[in-house]
Amino acid sequence: MEHIVTDMGCNASIEDREESKSEKAIKAAVLIQKWYRSKRAQLEISRCYSLNIFQSIEYADEQDQAQLASFFTFMLERYASPDAVADTSISPSVSHEVDSYLTEYENIEVPDSYCGPRLSFPLTLADANALLHAFKNGQLLHAHYVLKLLCETRRVLKEKPNINLVSVSYSKEITICGDLHGNLDDLFLIFYKNGLPSEKKPYVFNGDFVDRGQNSMEILIILFAFLLIYPNDVHLNRGNHEDYVINLRYGFSNEVLSKYKVHAKVILYLLQDVFSWLPLATIINKKVLILHGGISDKTDLNFLYLLERNKLKSLMRPPQPEREEQGKEGAPTARPSTCAANKRGAGKTRRLSSSGFTELSCPNSQPGPTLKEWKQVMDILWSDPRMQNGCVPNKRRGGGCYFGPDTTARLFERYNLKLLIRSHEFKREGYELTHGGKVITIFSASNYYEEGSNRGAYIRLNPDLIPRFVQYQVCERTDKQNHWERMKTIEHSALQILRERIFAHRSTLTEAFEKYDCDNTGNISVSDWAAAMESVLCLELPWRTLLPHLAKTDPDGKVDYMSCFHNMEIAQSTEEVQPALVETLCKYRKELEVIFNIMDEDHSGLISFDEFRKTWRIFSSHLGIEAYDASIDKLAQSIDYNKDDYIDFSEFLEAFHVVHKGDKKPT
Amino acid sequence: MAEQEGNGEDGAVAEIEKKIIEAFEVFDHECNKTVDVREIGSIVRSLGCFPTEAELHELLAKVEEEEEPTGYIHLEKFLPVMTKVLLNRSYRPIPEDVLLHAFEALDENKCGYLTKDELVKHMTEEGEPFTEEEMEEMLSSALDPETNTVHYRDYISMMIVDEPEDLPQ
Repeated sequence: MEHIVTDMGCNASIEDREESKSEKAIKAAVLIQKWYRSKRAQLEISRCYSLNIFQSIEYADEQDQAQLASFFTFMLERYASPDAVADTSISPSVSHEVDSYLTEYENIEVPDSYCGPRLSFPLTLADANALLHAFKNGQLLHAHYVLKLLCETRRVLKEKPNINLVSVSYSKEITICGDLHGNLDDLFLIFYKNGLPSEKKPYVFNGDFVDRGQNSMEILIILFAFLLIYPNDVHLNRGNHEDYVINLRYGFSNEVLSKYKVHAKVILYLLQDVFSWLPLATIINKKVLILHGGISDKTDLNFLYLLERNKLKSLMRPPQPEREEQGKEGAPTARPSTCAANKRGAGKTRRLSSSGFTELSCPNSQPGPTLKEWKQVMDILWSDPRMQNGCVPNKRRGGGCYFGPDTTARLFERYNLKLLIRSHEFKREGYELTHGGKVITIFSASNYYEEGSNRGAYIRLNPDLIPRFVQYQVCERTDKQNHWERMKTIEHSALQILRERIFAHRSTLTEAFEKYDCDNTGNISVSDWAAAMESVLCLELPWRTLLPHLAKTDPDGKVDYMSCFHNMEIAQSTEEVQPALVETLCKYRKELEVIFNIMDEDHSGLISFDEFRKTWRIFSSHLGIEAYDASIDKLAQSIDYNKDDYIDFSEFLEAFHVVHKGDKKPT
Repeated sequence: MAEQEGNGEDGAVAEIEKKIIEAFEVFDHECNKTVDVREIGSIVRSLGCFPTEAELHELLAKVEEEEEPTGYIHLEKFLPVMTKVLLNRSYRPIPEDVLLHAFEALDENKCGYLTKDELVKHMTEEGEPFTEEEMEEMLSSALDPETNTVHYRDYISMMIVDEPEDLPQ
């Protein structure tokens, strides 16, 4: 509304009005500013706890895998023994020898119709470029070349010591990359920004090349190709994910199976061996130690240098305890926390014999690794740094240690080191310094949990050994979401997986809640609710902050604890089936997927019901839970859909998918 | 088993304290019960408060070390002050209509939107001015790049919609 001001010589009134107008504007500005700043801070916190949720669940999951490792290897032994895989030309007596697989590629013909790269060995830069080009266009490298490449890679890796000793001379800089986890776009981005590996541009790749992302295979192929072309300038360190047992669960095995089908198993077998030949660490100019996880107070670099690293095919199988230690639960520091014990019931130990497992052995069948060897390698591949002094078992991961600044200082003194560069942990900015700058974490997989979750980074180290960090982030969808919406998507995603986990623990949680609810009101205090959540889920999350997203509170501030479960349900309605069984199947859905993949030898997507029943009994016995035989029968029948005693396992898995009712994901 | 039931008020205070401690710990990077003084604003805001910068400074004066500011704030000093803030319900959230009026007050021509320049001018020159970073961030969500304007009604709707999702009945 405009006031027409007639100037009657009354300047004061005009100024008053204008002043009040500008006063208004200032007040409005202050209001908007304080509102925006608070919104922004709340968004920041939500991002923090979202990433916290992702990370906690990831580690809790890894911890579970350590428990299930022997079960999976038992499955491998039963279903995927080498004899079933290779050509009949390989006689049974040598079926466990790696050499017999090395020439397997000769038996694989490349059809004329194949238009992907045709590698010629010894590889040249032209081959590497052909690979990069092909992968940018979504092509696959033919199994014949994959196997040949693996064969050559193994030959080159075998020549390398356990610890690469590298000199960076005056004119060169060396680039160090961390976890890539199958994110091919990140590797392309790094090469784009930093240049391809060459004699002038040496690189160290610090492990965890595979799992989780979609292109683990392509990353391996590229890294191995460059290794072959520049064997003195490309250095690969083993990560904890370069491990066939871990790969079963975290996607790499599935990726290979789906991309290479009939040839997948041979590829996976060879990879078992190739991974075990990856060096364990790299030291630059005798001052900078680079390894994947971390260290412990027992880390002995000389010992590590001398052990036979290829004996350790998987770190998920601790060596058999010594005779005197028979009956103890495996290696001392690597067992999960009491939390897991509570989950599974006290006193449950592995029931399966782990004798005889499908691992390729060396030609002269050496004895397996010793406990000390296993632990030393476990420590360097699984440990994490922490702020407090001391070195304690890493209960979050179920393996390795938490090492403090004093541990680092002692190691540096002992070996005259200046810097420790490691990876293994997600970092929002792609890197982080700790222990007064002595320890650097470098993480190269951007958008690791979700689009927009984090940056990746790499280090450029000059001969003065001063690190420079380069950060980046792959941007896929450019305009579809603005910053705010992207952060909300991340939060939504994190909350969904948390809710699923909550749902999968429904019965244990309900039990815990009910203990606090003496009067059966259905409501308990916030403190009790938080305590119950933590005692069952063991995720160390900020439960009070998350409460509004997870459960309803009444006007008195008490928590309606059953509301945690309200807006979720299992996809398949299974009225006649034991709810506890359904919950278990939900909880172990991913593990079941692994089991099915192992059992499905002919890749038909079907497994016999009989086999499944047997396997399920063993699995549930291993976990120390009820098998619910009758229920399992009913269940499988209800999903059978005339498959004549075969289960379509993708249908089966779909049935135990947690569905969020009224899912309103931000667009 | 059942938690010790103080009388309602004690229970409520204990709850509030636990919530504050949780938020504090997010920023306590060295796990030694201190946070960088620059994070106090984020902590206060993350607990659902909407203070102005001036109000934050007032609060800081109460929690900083008396003798010499060290750049760090101790939990034991912060806790009682913040508990009082939450009990008194200070710095309440801003209702949607009030926020809308604020934008309208800046919208001199009453056209339902602000031009980029208008918004930047107000936000960076008046009140408690934004830093460049804050301004850029706000623009990234608020600005319609094609018209270079901020349709504030839509913007507010988008930002408000994120309040903790109501669980369906």
